[in-house]
Amino acid sequence: MITINQLSKKYKGTDLFSVRALDLQIQEGEIFGLLGPNGAGKTTLISMLSSLIKPTSGSFTIAQLNFKDHKNQLKQILGIVPQEYALYPELTAYENLHYFGSMYGCKGDRLKLDILRELDVLGLGAFAHKSVRTFSGGMKRRVNLIASMLHHPKVLFLDEPTVGVDVQSKNVIIEHLQKLNAQGTTIIYTSHHLNEAEHFCTRVAIIDRGVIVAKGTPKTLIASQENARNLEDVFLSLTGKALRDDT
Amino acid sequence: MIHKLWASVHKEFRLLSRDLGGILILFLMPLALLITITLIQDSSFKAVNSIKIPILLVDLDKGSVSQSIAEGLASSESFDIITSSSEENAKKLVFQGDYQLAIVIPERLSEDLNTKVQENVAGMLASFGLEEDTLKAPKQAVKTREVTLYFDPATQGSFKNQVKTGVDKLISMIEIQSIYKAFQNEIGEEETTFDSEPFIRYKEVVPVQDEKEMIPNSAQHNVPAWALFAIFFIIVPLSINMVKEKHQGTFIRLRTQPVSYATVLGGKTLVYLAVCLIQFALMVLVGVFVFPLLDLPSLDVSGRISMLFVMAFFSGLAAIGLGLLLGTVAKTQEQAAPFGATFVVILAAIGGVWVPVFIMPKFMQTLSHISPMNWGLNGFYDVFLRNASFINIIPEISLLCLFFLLTTLIAILYNEKKQAV
Repeated sequence: MITINQLSKKYKGTDLFSVRALDLQIQEGEIFGLLGPNGAGKTTLISMLSSLIKPTSGSFTIAQLNFKDHKNQLKQILGIVPQEYALYPELTAYENLHYFGSMYGCKGDRLKLDILRELDVLGLGAFAHKSVRTFSGGMKRRVNLIASMLHHPKVLFLDEPTVGVDVQSKNVIIEHLQKLNAQGTTIIYTSHHLNEAEHFCTRVAIIDRGVIVAKGTPKTLIASQENARNLEDVFLSLTGKALRDDT
Repeated sequence: MIHKLWASVHKEFRLLSRDLGGILILFLMPLALLITITLIQDSSFKAVNSIKIPILLVDLDKGSVSQSIAEGLASSESFDIITSSSEENAKKLVFQGDYQLAIVIPERLSEDLNTKVQENVAGMLASFGLEEDTLKAPKQAVKTREVTLYFDPATQGSFKNQVKTGVDKLISMIEIQSIYKAFQNEIGEEETTFDSEPFIRYKEVVPVQDEKEMIPNSAQHNVPAWALFAIFFIIVPLSINMVKEKHQGTFIRLRTQPVSYATVLGGKTLVYLAVCLIQFALMVLVGVFVFPLLDLPSLDVSGRISMLFVMAFFSGLAAIGLGLLLGTVAKTQEQAAPFGATFVVILAAIGGVWVPVFIMPKFMQTLSHISPMNWGLNGFYDVFLRNASFINIIPEISLLCLFFLLTTLIAILYNEKKQAV
C-alpha cells in the first residue's frame, strides 16, 4: 500500500536530517504505529506522506500513486488527522464537517447523512449544531477525526490523535479506528502512548533521529529485547533514557 | 471546483456572520469616518467662505489708505476686524495663539503713497509736456513701505497664502485708485472720470449634464475619497482572517485536501467583495439621505449609480488582492493588522485622498501613479465630477483588475514556495 524509498528531509537552515534515507513498506489493512521520542521525525514523515512538505530526496508511492505526479489524486485517497484541532471554533461541529467534507468533493444528502451518522457514532449527535468553541478537548479530537474521514479514505494518517483527551474519549476514538480498519482503511498512527500502541497497532516502527531503529509486530519487538516486558521497555532500550526536549 | 468554491463562500459568510461586533465595525466605522470627515471639510469650506475670522488691525497710518484696507477687509466678509493700538500687543496676542492674524499699517503710509504716486504721475505728464512746473520741483526720496502681517505659528500655509493674496490684491487696488486719482488731479478736469473697475475678469466653465451645470460640492469630493479609503481597509479583517486560519490549524488541513489555494482565496474574495459593495452602498445612502439631515450638501448620484458600483467593484477587487497577499505572507495578527492599517493610510496619502496629487512633490506625483487608490480615486472623480462614460473609466478599472490578478498570483506562488520548507 505504501512504499517509501530512501526518503530524506532536511529543513532549510538546519544541518541535521529530520528524516534520513528511510525505507519502509506498509501493507494494505495494517494499523501501523510510528513511535519515537520528541524530534525523532515522526511528524516530518507523516507531513511528507500527506503532501504538506516536500522531501529533500527519495520517493514514495501510496496505492501505486507517485507523490510527484499524482499529488491531487493522493490527497483524495488520504485522510489526515493533524495534531492540532484544525477546526473553526466559530462554526458548529456540523458546519465544520460540512465544509471539510465539501473540500474532499463530498456533497448533497450523502454528505449530510455521513456527518450525522459519524457524529452519532462518536457520541456527538446531540452537539452537532453547537459551536466547537464550547467543546471539550476530547470532543474536539473526535470532530477532528471525523473531518478527516468523511470521504472514506484508503489511508488514514493520525498524528497523536489521543493526546490530551480523557480515557472515555480515547476509548471511543480507538474503537472507531479499529472499526474503520476492519472496513479496509489502512491506518498510520503516531503516539507517545506506548501501551495504547502496543494493543492497537498490528505493526510498529521505532524512529530515532530520523532513522528506523526497529520495526515489527509489538510482540516480536518485545521478544527481541532481553528483559523487555512491554513496548515501553523496548522503546527505552532502543532510544535511551536521556531527555529529548528538541521538537 | 464550483462546489468547493461555493462551500468556501458559505464558510466565509458563516465566519463573518458569527462575529456581529466585527460586522458592525466593518459597516459602521466607515460611515462614521465618512460623516466626520465631510462635516469637518464642509465646515472648513464654510470657514473660508462664510464664517468670520477675528483679526487684529493696527492702524498707525490713520489715513485714506488704512481706511481703504480696513473697508476692503471688512467687505470681504471673511474677517471680523478688531482694532488694536499697539503693534507689540497685537504681535504678542497673535504669537500666543489668541488671534490667527494681525495686520499692521505703518505710519504715514497714505501720505507717502500719495507723494510717490503724485511724483510719478507729474513726472509722466511732464515728459509729455503737459506739466512744466513739476520738472522744476525737487523730488522727495520716498522709500518703499511695508504692511506687516503677523500669523499665529499654528496657522496653516493655505490660510496664510490666501490672506497674503487677498491683502496684496487690496493694496494693488488702492495703488491703482491712487494713480487714477493723481492723474485726475494733475489734469485738473473735475468732470473727467476714470473707470477704476478691473477690465479683465474671468469666468469658470463647469461640465454640463442634462442642461444642468455640475458644480461639485464637498459630498461629491468626500464620498468617493473616503469610500475608497474604507474599501481598502478591508485588507485588515481579511488578512487577520487568514492568519487566524493558520493558527487554528484549519489552513494546514486545507493543504492536505484536494482543493487549490486559488479556490480557497476565491471564496474569501467573493464574500469580502460583497462586504465592500455593501459598505459602498451604505456610504452612498448616507451621502444621499443622511447628509442633508446634517446640514451637509446631498450626494448627487443621478444617472451614475451603475458606473459608481463598477468602480466600487474593481476598487474592492484591488483591495482584496492586497489583503490576500498580506494574509498569505503575514505570520501573526500582530504583523497583519498594524501593517495593513498603516499601508492603507500610506496608499491613501500617495493616492491623493489626503491632499490632491497635483500639489505633491514631483517624486510623489510619480509614485501616486502606481497607487491603486489613485486609480480608484481618479475613476470615481471621472464618474462623479467629470461626467465620464464607461469608456473613460476603462483604463482605471483595467489597472485595478490587473492589480488584483497580480497580487493574488503572487499570493498563490508565495504559498507554493512556502510549502517547499
